[in-house]
Amino acid sequence: MRETFTQVTYLVASILFILGLRSLTKPDTARRGMHYAAIGMLLAIVGTLVQHEIVRYDWIAGGLIVGTIIGVPLGTEVPMTAMPQRIAISHMFGALAATLVGVAEYWLHGAGLGTAKMAAVGFEVLFGSLTVTGSFMAFGKLQEIITGRSVTYKGQNAVNITLFGATVVMFFYLLFDPGNTVIFYSMIGLALLIGVFMVLPIGGADMPVVISLLNSYAGLASAATGFAIGNNVLIIAGALDGASGFILSIVMSKAMNRSFQNVIFGAFGAAPTTSAKTASGLSVRSISAEDAAIQLAYAKLVIIVPGYGMAVAQAQHQVRELAELIEKKGGEVKYAIHPVAGRMPGHMNVLLAEANVPYDRLYDMEEINGEFERADVALVIGANDVVNPAARADKSSPIYGMPILNADKAQSIIVLKRSMNPGFAGIENELFYNDKTTLLFGDAKASLSKLVAEMKTV
Amino acid sequence: MNPTSFMQLYVFMLAAFVGFQIITRVPPLLHTPLMSATNAISAISLVGSLVAAGSDKGMVSTVLGFVAVTAAMANVVGGFVITDRMLKMFKHDPTPPKDSSKTANAKEAPAKDAKAPGAV
Repeated sequence: MRETFTQVTYLVASILFILGLRSLTKPDTARRGMHYAAIGMLLAIVGTLVQHEIVRYDWIAGGLIVGTIIGVPLGTEVPMTAMPQRIAISHMFGALAATLVGVAEYWLHGAGLGTAKMAAVGFEVLFGSLTVTGSFMAFGKLQEIITGRSVTYKGQNAVNITLFGATVVMFFYLLFDPGNTVIFYSMIGLALLIGVFMVLPIGGADMPVVISLLNSYAGLASAATGFAIGNNVLIIAGALDGASGFILSIVMSKAMNRSFQNVIFGAFGAAPTTSAKTASGLSVRSISAEDAAIQLAYAKLVIIVPGYGMAVAQAQHQVRELAELIEKKGGEVKYAIHPVAGRMPGHMNVLLAEANVPYDRLYDMEEINGEFERADVALVIGANDVVNPAARADKSSPIYGMPILNADKAQSIIVLKRSMNPGFAGIENELFYNDKTTLLFGDAKASLSKLVAEMKTV
Repeated sequence: MNPTSFMQLYVFMLAAFVGFQIITRVPPLLHTPLMSATNAISAISLVGSLVAAGSDKGMVSTVLGFVAVTAAMANVVGGFVITDRMLKMFKHDPTPPKDSSKTANAKEAPAKDAKAPGAV
């Protein structure tokens, strides 16, 4: 009877999880759907707690309480700009739980695990432990505890491939000799090292791919846990998580012009080569805030292109204020969001939503690219590579082929920029030297505040 | 391989297929909440952790289970709370973008003001 109850809660939880994710296809239904998913989680927990197998509750209660104490601030206190590192740390927690369950399973049964179970436990601890250290490294880089730059050394690929090969050999060895504890724990040790080495060569700009990939790994570790302990709801939730991370890493790698193989093998840290094209002999036109404000005030359609520079300057609220002033003058404002505009998939949308920008003003790259020709002004704020026309035309450019926002097609372009330093990829941007482009120099937040003040007087 | 393992593989495959179908339809707008949501959902590994911590099969298993319960619970609570916090921020604009004339905006401004001080 109890067993039936448990299984029913798992079944209902699985359904609610799938419905919850499905609700995320529309912003209006998303919140309610996720509430259902949370109810599903609660049911599954209750269903587990009443199982015969569970005979003592002291440690469970302790873990639940400590976990809640850690979880609440992770949910309520973390600022939206810190979302990437917060997600990275939760990948670490998820993978840690999966790994430890796997180790406990191995410790209990060891040699008694059959080949199939051993394979599941092996996968679980492999993916789990490399995600634990990998996510921690990603967290460290994003939080700037360790250098955000790409750390490379000679023979790096050889070291990584050797490590990876060694763990694969150990994994297969364990299938035939599950009782060999030395090999099992060495495999975990190596997987932990792989996590570190995998993320070490990755620079800050590539983080969206890494976070998505780690998301996928954490999901696979959860699914493997389900195989190991024979629990379908874990398999389902893990598969959903794994699929989601996988899709997001493909989306991200496409958006930043990385090949799919690069993503799978994690070897995407190569230092970017510098472009053949330089800007020597070209000059830029700067514009005053006053003139820019006049231009914006009389524009019928303004497309704002926010980049990470805007988020760093915490200028989202000034952007929204400016947009509202433009709308008051009768203009239309749209936001063009490049997939890698933030530090993780969809990050820029969250930052703008937090600043009370209605989501129906936020447009994806595909949706908005056709509209630039119609736009009177494209206002580029702290974005660089994602509007570089070299990606379309210049075959020698390292970003050639990367999908970009067609800001250069607008009638005029105003670029808010701190200085003339090149962007992340270290390449000059022809857009800045375009005849239609004017540059407003200064800190994004200060420039926007000036624009807002000028707009009020126009 | 025994029949159970095969059934599990079927479950995994079908779930992954459903996952692909659903997640490709999630707009980029909601990709960050999507990631935090899947993170919260995959913290269902809490279920496995609970069994390890509560089945009283030796101290090692219990302590590993305890740490696992803590980590997974942090993800359950933190994950669902932050996903909700993000989704709450995505608001529909009361004025359709096409008619954003002066009068329409002035009319809608008070409604928006409740959430956005200084928005006029």
